Amino acid sequence: MKSNNSILKTIGVSLVLCLVCSSVISFAAVSLKEKQEANVLRDKQQTILAAAGLLKEQESVDQIFASISEKIINLDTGDYDFTIDLSSYSQKDYSKNELTSKTLVPKEDIAVIKRRENFAKVYLYYKDEVLEAIILPVRGLGLWGTLYGYIALESDLQTIIGLEFYKHKETPGLGAEVDNPKWKALWKGKKVYDTNGEVILSVIKGQVKRNSPSSLYQVDGLSGATITSKGVTNLLHFWLGEMGYGPYLKKLKESNLGNSNV
Amino acid sequence: MSKAKQILLNPIFNDNPIALQVLGVCSALAVTTNLYVTLIMCLALTLVVGFSNLFVSIVRNHIPSNIRIIVQITIIASLVVIVDELLQAYDYESSKTMTVFVALIVTNCIVMGRAEAFAMQNTPFLSFLDGIGNGLGYSVILILVAAVRELLGAGTLLNYEILPLIQNNGWYTGNNFFLLPPSSFIIIALLIWGLRAWKKDQAEEAQFKVAENSLELEESKM
Repeated sequence: MKSNNSILKTIGVSLVLCLVCSSVISFAAVSLKEKQEANVLRDKQQTILAAAGLLKEQESVDQIFASISEKIINLDTGDYDFTIDLSSYSQKDYSKNELTSKTLVPKEDIAVIKRRENFAKVYLYYKDEVLEAIILPVRGLGLWGTLYGYIALESDLQTIIGLEFYKHKETPGLGAEVDNPKWKALWKGKKVYDTNGEVILSVIKGQVKRNSPSSLYQVDGLSGATITSKGVTNLLHFWLGEMGYGPYLKKLKESNLGNSNV
Repeated sequence: MSKAKQILLNPIFNDNPIALQVLGVCSALAVTTNLYVTLIMCLALTLVVGFSNLFVSIVRNHIPSNIRIIVQITIIASLVVIVDELLQAYDYESSKTMTVFVALIVTNCIVMGRAEAFAMQNTPFLSFLDGIGNGLGYSVILILVAAVRELLGAGTLLNYEILPLIQNNGWYTGNNFFLLPPSSFIIIALLIWGLRAWKKDQAEEAQFKVAENSLELEESKM
């Protein structure tokens, strides 16, 4: 009997093994891709609806999401952009491509995202032709990695409906408490801008004093997760400020909000 | 008991991979806070051990002994990738909470241990049974640990409320300790204790004996 340990057999076995394993894996990956992408999309839509408080048990995510209109905006000018195809837009690709994004200098980059895309996808919810909610994607560095989520504002573009993250790497039990329903409930009704139009909403250390005049602009900190709490404050300041959706929100406010053709 | 049946059922109580061999404890710490996630993990691991044993056994006569570990790992890793892909396609919620631990099945000592210790020397059918049996042995311990942790930590079982929490206007205060990994060390230790009290032959012999005070020596000094 020929030995299994000859060089030829060793190389032969490893080659055949690699070929078989890689083709099986490729087959599994390719055939399941469609389903996986559908799951990711569904999860994203669910986060968007959750941020706006629109999730209902009786209706499916697809059904509710049909009532939301998606728009691409130019972050620098704050105008709608109709040249980009909605379905082909990808935040990830746009923020990586040098032509469609901007490198941030450390002073501007308070959310620590390094590059900011020039175009963003926003979600508008109209009820009987009246704007009810606007949902904006946000992201920024926490303790271990970037937090990705959505913030929903009321039609006054000042009051928060909800904040929801769909991807983060924070510590379970501490920073990961950003997913805690009790903490998320604290955001409802908080105000973003002061009278001068500056973002002053922040996550503070400890608990918000109920009677203090600034309580409307403050949210309880996550205990034991100072860096995550700061990260959330920073990402909101970035995205709701001049570098983020500031120009767009300003234009939206000046135009007629009740008009769904904005 | 027939040999096949013995191979399948022995690892559950008589030769449990976690309780007797103390293998694969790492994932027992990580994925046992919630019973549902644990069930998915057990299913994933059982399938991986079963099929890796099967495939390793099928090709065992052709594996050159100098690269046999690499061959085994390649087979195991491929199976884990497939399980991970399936999970992302069919149970996205669980895969989101445990993705890294599914990938870490590759390093689970039980899988590698059974491939090397059993599948390399036995026929495919028996190897497959041995893999499934060891997966079940792992599952029994993990399910018990997860049930205790979820019930005492969060007051729920499979996300159904059993002990109503004070936060939800109930009477039970969740014990946060049970949601942290160290609690599973204690629960696994208690399970091992219980198992060895029941099946006395599993108790290990003491590795050394504390010597008694040698009175003679003391006396001779005086």
